[in-house]
Amino acid sequence: MTTESDSHLGEAVAARIERRWATLSIVVVGVLVGMAIFIGIDHATMPQGHVETADPKTLHLTGEFIESNLGSAMEADGSVTVRAIGQQYSFTPQCIVVPSETPVTLRATSADAVHGLLIEGTNINTMLVPGYVSELPVRFKAPGEHAMPCQEFCGIGHQGMWAKVKVVDKTAFLRMMASRRRLSCVD
Amino acid sequence: MLINKRLILAHFWLAFAVFGLALILGAWQMFVRSPFNAWHFNPEFYYRSVTAHGSAMGYVFPTLIAMGFGYAITEATLEKPLVGVRWAWAGFALVAVGAVVAMIPVSLGLASVLYTFYPPMVGNPFYYIGVVMVVVGSWIWVALMSINLMIWKRDNPDRPVPLAMFANVAGSYLWGWTAVGAALEIIFLILPVALGLRSTIDAGLARVFFSWTLHAIVYFWLIPTYIAYYTIFPRAIGGRLYSDAMARISFILFVVVAMPIGVHHLFADPQVGAGFKFMHSVFTGLVTLPTLLTIFTICASAEIASRLRGGRGAFGWVRALPWQNPIMLATALSLVMLGFGGAGGIINMSYQLDATIHNTQWITGHFHLIFGGAIVIMYFAIAYDLWPHLTGRAMDHFGLMRTQLWLWFIGMIVTTFPWHYVGILGMPRRMAFYDYANPAISPQTFSVGMSAVGGLILLTSGVLFFVVLIRGQRAERSDAGAYRFSVPIHMPARIPVALNSFGLWLTLMVGLTVVNYGYPIAQLLVLKQTNVPAIYVGASR
Ligand SMILES: [Cu+2]
Ligand SMILES: [Cu+2]
Repeated sequence: MTTESDSHLGEAVAARIERRWATLSIVVVGVLVGMAIFIGIDHATMPQGHVETADPKTLHLTGEFIESNLGSAMEADGSVTVRAIGQQYSFTPQCIVVPSETPVTLRATSADAVHGLLIEGTNINTMLVPGYVSELPVRFKAPGEHAMPCQEFCGIGHQGMWAKVKVVDKTAFLRMMASRRRLSCVD
Repeated sequence: MLINKRLILAHFWLAFAVFGLALILGAWQMFVRSPFNAWHFNPEFYYRSVTAHGSAMGYVFPTLIAMGFGYAITEATLEKPLVGVRWAWAGFALVAVGAVVAMIPVSLGLASVLYTFYPPMVGNPFYYIGVVMVVVGSWIWVALMSINLMIWKRDNPDRPVPLAMFANVAGSYLWGWTAVGAALEIIFLILPVALGLRSTIDAGLARVFFSWTLHAIVYFWLIPTYIAYYTIFPRAIGGRLYSDAMARISFILFVVVAMPIGVHHLFADPQVGAGFKFMHSVFTGLVTLPTLLTIFTICASAEIASRLRGGRGAFGWVRALPWQNPIMLATALSLVMLGFGGAGGIINMSYQLDATIHNTQWITGHFHLIFGGAIVIMYFAIAYDLWPHLTGRAMDHFGLMRTQLWLWFIGMIVTTFPWHYVGILGMPRRMAFYDYANPAISPQTFSVGMSAVGGLILLTSGVLFFVVLIRGQRAERSDAGAYRFSVPIHMPARIPVALNSFGLWLTLMVGLTVVNYGYPIAQLLVLKQTNVPAIYVGASR
């Protein structure tokens, strides 16, 4: 038999358990968000900070994305900048060479539809939206080859849009770079 | 009491018919891209099919379920006939006609842009017009839900709004506002281009508008499922709801924080700066709260039901649950899929982890597990629970229902787990086929094959579902009694105004959206030279 006070007691117990669970949930979410904030700030893995534009209509005529400027370039500070564009249904260059253990800045955009760029076996993954420049700081650990598919539906040839990234030893890269202004591994 | 049974049944039948067709397309897509397919085919058919599958499953099916279920909830909880029945039929007609209008150009290959639109690709204008008609039809429902609640509140000033109705109206407001993002994208950016009035479009801005809809739409799909958890499940297993207040808080949290978080879909996009990506990432964390609260309340409600049936022990009570009851089974399987899918979602919400799996098969796996799995299995449960009350006929093929639910669960796991795995390996999504001879792809062959098998299991389960429904429609007449929702163990005598009305929460919903989206949108509107040439799909113009 349930009396009035039993029922009140039960209600109080139920409310207490519920409050504990809610507190625990808030703590769990807080810890997860806190971890993301910490990694973002401490390891500087934050998204691109600023919005940059590039006009796809004049991409091939002027600016940093003209064809002769695409590929890997050596910077004065010893880092490497890779410039690439995506178009229906290939990347230029289709084969990118980069040195291992070197800071690399990837700058890319699209000449037509929305494309994406993903380097398998790494955490490198970005969208290429026409009109905008995507910039990504990257670093490759060891020499090797990676597939680089387009990861966004960009038209009926999307499934054929696969490129390659060749990571070579730093000294080998410097040797290859010595005679060239821009480097790629398209044969 | 359910009065406008034909209206409700029409919504459910059309919803499931659309679902059935889209399911066949889905299974076909799984097969043609798998290593089992030895024949050549035109990849364009694949993208046509994906566009149809996505538009039907994303826009038409869940919208009709939410509408039909919403009308049922209104009549059952407010205990009076729906106000505005003619309008409700008009909304239904708009959705039905809109779906056809959209699907004609898609099936002709004139709008293979996928349900996410992807400007600057632009398809036939009728595709977008059809989608807008579906949305406008559903907005009629949103208005009707609000009007019916207002009238009832005026007549019953001292009674708390029944929980199911409160949640249903919360879901309708959520949808009403979240659909605005895609509507703005279509009306101001895409349609003028599709109609040939303009030839350029800001693809980045369009993606920002779409993200406003794309995330919260998932919560709109989810709300009927959560309503079923809270207000059908405890009653169906002979128990009571653990807490009425916590349920209301969960639904309110969805309304407030589901919207201003959509930019997490744009973590890898160049047109939104780091600051707002960060803001949206944090808010995405908050949206896990209502789900964590729900899992507790539902498990606690199950324990109450079990102990009432004589269940004992710290975990022994789980065995005493009525497992032969399809609603029990569906809810348990749904929660398991929600658990896995939710864990995946927590990975997607952080920028750092998202980079690994963004736009890979992982994402396809994630939303199929959450939507196709956890959510849709409860749509089945809702139909099973509601059917006898709508048809006035018995529905007692419980064994068949359990087989159907198990197959759906197994099919979903077999489909989505390999997808998650190949996603981690870096397999891009939405590709018509893969060159399995390529050494970069060949390690994924087995997994893609597995997921195609899962598609077949899902198709089998879908067929069984229709068998159950049709048998229910043809069974002997029997009176199922009044349709009722669960009651809480402790019915609060009074409910605080905040948990019984929406004014404050809608203000917060709109306010937070304006804060979190205002700047990124304004920034792109001001930025020069972001319009790019449109790429017309399909027709030669
Ligand atoms: Cu592509
Ligand atoms: Cu999302």
